[in-house]
Amino acid sequence: MSTSSFEADWRQSNGSAIIDLSGEINRSSEEALNSAYSEAVQGGAGSILLNFVQVDYINSTGIAVIVGLLARARKDSRTVVAYGLSEHYRGIFEITRLSDFMTIFDAEEDAVAEAPAQLR
Amino acid sequence: MNPLSGATKRIGLRRGRQTRDAVSTALPDPTVVPETAGAPPVEIAPNDPVIAYFQSASGVVEIDSLQLSSPGADALRAAGVKMVVPLVAQGELIGLLNLGARLSEQEYSADDRKLLANLAAQAAPAVRVGQLVREQEAEARSRERIEQELRVATLIQQQFLPKELPELGGWHVAAHYRPAREVSGDFYDFIELPDGRVGIVAGDVTDKGVPAALVMATTRSILRGEATHYLSPGQVLERVNDLLVPDIPAQMFVTCLYGVLDPSSGRFQYANAGHNLPYVSTEDGEVVELRARGMPLGLMPGMIYEEKEATLLPGQTVLLHSDGLAEAHNPDREMFGFPRVMRLMENTAGGDELIDVLLTELDGFRGTAAEQEDDITLVALQRSPDAGLRLGASDDSAPSTDVGDQPGGANGDHDTLSVDDSSRVLDEFSLASEEGNERLVMHRVMEAVEELQLAGKLLERLKTAVAEATMNAIEHGNKNNADLPVSVRVVATDTDVSVQITDQGGEEQMPEAENPDIEAKLAGLQTPRGWGLFLIKNMVDDMQVTTDDRHHTLELTLHLKGDPDVNE
Repeated sequence: MSTSSFEADWRQSNGSAIIDLSGEINRSSEEALNSAYSEAVQGGAGSILLNFVQVDYINSTGIAVIVGLLARARKDSRTVVAYGLSEHYRGIFEITRLSDFMTIFDAEEDAVAEAPAQLR
Repeated sequence: MNPLSGATKRIGLRRGRQTRDAVSTALPDPTVVPETAGAPPVEIAPNDPVIAYFQSASGVVEIDSLQLSSPGADALRAAGVKMVVPLVAQGELIGLLNLGARLSEQEYSADDRKLLANLAAQAAPAVRVGQLVREQEAEARSRERIEQELRVATLIQQQFLPKELPELGGWHVAAHYRPAREVSGDFYDFIELPDGRVGIVAGDVTDKGVPAALVMATTRSILRGEATHYLSPGQVLERVNDLLVPDIPAQMFVTCLYGVLDPSSGRFQYANAGHNLPYVSTEDGEVVELRARGMPLGLMPGMIYEEKEATLLPGQTVLLHSDGLAEAHNPDREMFGFPRVMRLMENTAGGDELIDVLLTELDGFRGTAAEQEDDITLVALQRSPDAGLRLGASDDSAPSTDVGDQPGGANGDHDTLSVDDSSRVLDEFSLASEEGNERLVMHRVMEAVEELQLAGKLLERLKTAVAEATMNAIEHGNKNNADLPVSVRVVATDTDVSVQITDQGGEEQMPEAENPDIEAKLAGLQTPRGWGLFLIKNMVDDMQVTTDDRHHTLELTLHLKGDPDVNE
């Protein structure tokens, strides 16, 4: 069975980069997510905002991909925040303690408003 | 070579013979017409137009003057046949007299022809009688072969039935086996298990005769082998099915009920591969069916068998029965029927008495109906009403009403029989171990639980847990080997929904679900992966892992009601 495809596109917003994620996040999302991140960082973004509004499914391998991205951002001294998660996945981010390392906002405005303050 | 036999009977024309100046015949039977050696046979196909011509011809046919495009006529001509005298009996062409040219080289005279026609008219009925006698002899021989085969089949079958019944303390065991003339492959068996429990088998092989008997013998041997390796009846049937599939002829299959009885506690665990449902009679006269779902053995590999259990209390009886009983007919073609079996059981104590009553009623019902249609196999196990007393054969009084202090009393409800009636299998299926199939499993489980109308939060948790458990089974249990199935069973009770996900990787222990250390992962000290079991554990109210030497089963349970915020 084919899984629903994953896409990651980035755009600039107020000095940060928003990476719009869509589809299913699993191990095969790694490449697209990493290249969107690389481009965003090269574009000079201080914070990375992960937009989960269009994400319908995240499995454990997807969690691993996000952990990998967070580890990379840490080395790059970039702040990563997230928004648009469903209640279910917000719960999962809490259980896995991802939320301890990536502030979670409800909506894009909140994330954009708060993210610059987190620039190092 | 015999033109009278088989498919060529009555068209005894495929081989004709001709001799010079002598009467010849298509029927090389020396008792009818003397045969002259050396004449080559003449082949005439049954659809040759000359056949119809001979059949309707009156008297002698002169071949050379035949105006007919016919390979048969050409062949006769080529063989030197001048005259053909059709032998017709009761409107059917049964043979030909073929004559060559006269030795005197004169033409056949009108008298000759008349003589031949008269001869044919008298010979034809006699030839026909000869043919019929031969046909009947052939039929008798084939009937004898079939009967011989049936005797062999019966012998094989009876060879594999138990020679004696097991002695179970506190139980009365009775069995009856009555084969039909055409053996169909019923069997039953008792298997002593190492821990004092006993396996009880009742089965029926489709088809008849020697093939059915051989399949029955094979099934019995495999079952005996597997029963001592696995404790769970469902697993036993699963293994037997997988082993039987490659060896069983197409179109054949085996229905089989397999139960494991613990004589000391009365616990009866069972699984059913499409066999008749066993009945349990309680002391207060109720009779209930023991239901468990499963496909017959030998059809498809990778099947899963639902496993249930009941506890038989003192005085209760379990009856296993084959089609031959309930599906017997009377001369009016009415069926004996399952309800009747249940009714009879309601009023009869277990053991031999029950079997006697069932058979007596059956014989009365069938009356003058011709022969028994199918094998009848009955196995009854009754737990003695009183631990200190053995149920005697003469104990034909109404069942004891003393039910002691069983929970729930005994007035017509089912409480004395602890079958978990609320447990229902909502779905069960198997899928290949292919990446992405966890999505299929997730969708199918969602469909299966739709009727439970779970809250959205519960559904999300179940989805994640099921998908993760399936991925785990595909990747770790089955090592991404697409040929190995992941089996899924969805069960609901009044309070819970459970999903059992089974892989084929039992030789390795499933690792414990550890709490992943996100700090170590972010610092690059640990792989970012390893979230699966941790996630599952946090999604469900209970997670059980069972491992045997072939499988892991992850059983995920969610309470239907209760604290929805298990995450907190």
